[in-house]
Amino acid sequence: MLQILFDALSLGSLYALGALGIALIFGVMRLVNFAHGDVIAFCVFALLWPSTDAMAIVFAGQLPWYLLVPFVLLCGAGLSVLCEIVVFRRFRQANPATMMIASFALGFVIRYFLLMLFSSRPKSISLLPELSQPVEILGARLPLLQLITIVTTMVILIGLTLFLRQTRFGLEMRAAAENFSMARMLGVRANRVIMGAFALSGALAAAIALIFGAQTGTLDIQMGASIMLMAFIATVIGGLGSLGGAVLAGFLLGAASVIMQVMLPIDARPFRDAFVYGAVILVLLFRPQGLIAARGTKERV
Amino acid sequence: MSLLALSDITIRYSRLTAVRNVSFSMDEGEILFITGPNGAGKSSLLRAIAGVTPVAGGRIDLAGHEITGQAPENIARLGFSMVPEGRDVFGSLTTEENLLVGTGMHARERGWRSRAADELEAVYATFPMLKERRHGQAGLLSGGQQQMLVIGRALMTNPRLVAIDEPSLGLAPNINDQVYERLIALRAQRQLTLLIVEQSSARAMMVGGRMILMRGGQIVLDGDARTLGNGEAIQAAYFGYEDN
Ligand SMILES: Nc1ncnc2c1ncn2[C@@H]1O[C@H](COP(=O)(O)OP(=O)(O)O)[C@@H](O)[C@H]1O
Ligand SMILES: [Mg+2]
Repeated sequence: MLQILFDALSLGSLYALGALGIALIFGVMRLVNFAHGDVIAFCVFALLWPSTDAMAIVFAGQLPWYLLVPFVLLCGAGLSVLCEIVVFRRFRQANPATMMIASFALGFVIRYFLLMLFSSRPKSISLLPELSQPVEILGARLPLLQLITIVTTMVILIGLTLFLRQTRFGLEMRAAAENFSMARMLGVRANRVIMGAFALSGALAAAIALIFGAQTGTLDIQMGASIMLMAFIATVIGGLGSLGGAVLAGFLLGAASVIMQVMLPIDARPFRDAFVYGAVILVLLFRPQGLIAARGTKERV
Repeated sequence: MSLLALSDITIRYSRLTAVRNVSFSMDEGEILFITGPNGAGKSSLLRAIAGVTPVAGGRIDLAGHEITGQAPENIARLGFSMVPEGRDVFGSLTTEENLLVGTGMHARERGWRSRAADELEAVYATFPMLKERRHGQAGLLSGGQQQMLVIGRALMTNPRLVAIDEPSLGLAPNINDQVYERLIALRAQRQLTLLIVEQSSARAMMVGGRMILMRGGQIVLDGDARTLGNGEAIQAAYFGYEDN
């Protein structure tokens, strides 16, 4: 039972962090950033030296954790900000559909760039191996990593909340997410806020990459995309642009996946995702605006 | 030199020309009402000054700088503060957070924090009810309270020129009177330059000052509000000589 709870929480953590990364950018820019998953993949491969061999040549992956974590976070934030400056900045005045297509295209550029450097073969790596030992809690044996995943996610969520509520930059970001042009008329710098959102979102992508890499031990170019889909769904269910909603929906999706994995009859289990998506459709039928409707219906300028 | 000068401003929304060759200027300390019927182009003009609506032609100068095509955040830094039509309260933020959003642009200057705190107290002194609701969600304030909040918010940036688009919109007459009372007191207190948009010219005649009347994207009258207010000229201008 406890095991199920922890499975649900740790899977939900990944979805919640992913959804948050998408919701942050949507909040300030009305951009659904489909390149987010490829930023995750990029962060994962930042652990390796470029090589098309099947054998992974570990580079940053062998750094001690206190260097590894900041390095990967910086990679994520850096790439994400770079995407903003090189690509999305030119689409600020474009309509949301155009921006969405641009983000798709950018995602493919990043993915093929990784393919070129690393080939499409999944590579195995043992990242932070000391975390895979089990620990005993209330009579249940749980992987230490799962515990750390959940704790890390909680710390990130609390940290982000404090950042948004207590700092000047956080205040400016919340104001801009609700009404971008009004915030600008009050002197809030558009570029700074948007770059800040991209940096945060990229750092969240990096956190996912680290957790996922440590959990699975395999690095696969497709992995970003699979989390991304669920994260994207969580963002929509949560109410596009609502950060709290994104997190809540991320955890709900994680829970739904894990519970169905356990409850469904054995024969139906391979179709688990079909049931999860079915539930998603039901939620959207009853609450098309999402669980928590976002404020800020005003258009950006 | 004038504080604000518009020359030959034209504003277009794809094929519709909302403002056509409008020129006027304002001196420091002046109060100017822009009035005119719905669709006259008043809000477009204000948004163009603020930098959120692009102009198709002409030039705008503020405090000795050309601001045509500048970003809104830079125009705000030159001392322009705007209360848009519909007020645009940040509904999910608290009252106090709304007031504080605009203080960040002075964050590079020395002592900005204490100045922001003083400014906050000054706004609370003018609008005590905002202080009572300081930690409440701004979206839950009444229309009149929200109007006071956005005026306070506009003052927090320590502006030289405050533009307010239809402060009366959706307010009961007695609340509206209160809003204007405070505005006039504030103007005397701080030597504010005020640019106020209203549909009706009644308020301008009551308050006095200069009045520009717009119709169909153009200026049709420009003069002293009280002398313009002698009925017929303004009626004719408002409804148009050539209509029907
Ligand atoms: N964002 C916009 N897009 C297209 N047309 C607009 C927009 N804003 C205003 N207009 C049009 O421009 C004209 C002037 O509008 P506006 O400036 O709001 O006038 P006023 O504030 O005097 O009522 C109107 O015909 C209006 O329909
Ligand atoms: Mg208007």
